[in-house]
Amino acid sequence: MHHHSDGNSTIIGSFAEMIIYVVPLIAIGLYLWAVYMTNKKYKKWPVSRVFFWIGGVCSAALAMVGPIAEMAHSNFQAHMLAHLLLGMLAPLLLVLSAPVTLLLRTVPVKAGRTISKLLRSSYGRWVTNPLNTAILNIGGLWLLYTTDLFQMMHESLLLYLFIHLHVFIAGYLFTLSILYIDPVAHQKSFQFRAFILIMAMAGHGILSKWIYANPPAGVKESEAQAGGMLMYYGGDMVDLMLVIILCYQYFKGNRRLSKKAAQVAN
Amino acid sequence: MEINKQDASSNFRSGILFGLGLVAFIDEAVFHQLLHWHHFYDKSTTDIGLVSDGLFHAFSWFATVASLFMLADIRKRKVWDRKRWIGAMMLGGGTFQLYDGIIQHKLMKLHQIRYNVEIIYYDIVWNVLAAFMILNGLNLLRKSKSAQKSKVGEA
Repeated sequence: MHHHSDGNSTIIGSFAEMIIYVVPLIAIGLYLWAVYMTNKKYKKWPVSRVFFWIGGVCSAALAMVGPIAEMAHSNFQAHMLAHLLLGMLAPLLLVLSAPVTLLLRTVPVKAGRTISKLLRSSYGRWVTNPLNTAILNIGGLWLLYTTDLFQMMHESLLLYLFIHLHVFIAGYLFTLSILYIDPVAHQKSFQFRAFILIMAMAGHGILSKWIYANPPAGVKESEAQAGGMLMYYGGDMVDLMLVIILCYQYFKGNRRLSKKAAQVAN
Repeated sequence: MEINKQDASSNFRSGILFGLGLVAFIDEAVFHQLLHWHHFYDKSTTDIGLVSDGLFHAFSWFATVASLFMLADIRKRKVWDRKRWIGAMMLGGGTFQLYDGIIQHKLMKLHQIRYNVEIIYYDIVWNVLAAFMILNGLNLLRKSKSAQKSKVGEA
């Protein structure tokens, strides 16, 4: 992490570093424990989801600690790689691991009701509306790279942590609002989600080229170009997976409906 | 093979979207990555060019995937009208290529087909090819329509 001269922020720094090491381990441990416990009562939890969860936690952790995170402080391309891992790949893998479904089958019925009440609340409705999550996600990125925020982030540890948390949560909520893996109370149509996904992809691609041509303050031109291209093509790869999964869900659902209709007709 | 109106329109939509996606894919894979003729970013690109490129790029990703899922569905239901599908593909691909060649390359100056060459010949080949695809596509669509009509007549 950062090398700070005054004692106070060194304490905050090492505390933050410790949290960043401990949280992923706890997250993996809790998930495995929940799978183990609930497999006794219900049908077996798919192993693929366990791998998605571990993969998601690891790619988020890689963005915060280790060599990539270390390099991200001085090298813009490494910074971009860290952001792709934290804001796009980790959210996709975590959403695919269906943590809310697992939580609902782990907790007692009463707590489960509270959770589904929360999901159905106006707040739950707001944070799962793809329009809102796309603005939170892509709008936040535009703010970060086209204003002084990017430079300020490297001067303040708290701002650094806040922005990274935002990138992660916004990425997670966006993925969750496009792909319905976990229960979502107010489902939007496929067409609406497809439209928002295309717009968000376009916003991401346009920002990548914008960064290529207009380096953020304090970033060398060659690094901005390499970072912009990584953002463009890396973003495309993860978005392509989102598109495939979204279409797969839709056409599978359609086929089921038409089969049902045929059965009713017969 | 006789198909109803709804299936005919599914064939048309799937073909159009696939054509658009295919041209965008060839553009990216061949001209950007393999030949390195196109540039990732050209200093003369206008802001509107950047937006137009971003929207088309995102839409073409989606179109490619969605059209292939639609085709899988069409084939599963055994209502694939090849003539109609390929005609629509040519129409979609040609239209996008013409838009790319005239509006995006020339008016919005997104990037040129190739650099340090006499560009006019490249532009002519690019756009004539696009026009040829559109005409060919329309012709195939017309043929598929009259083939369907004559089948309905026989029945």
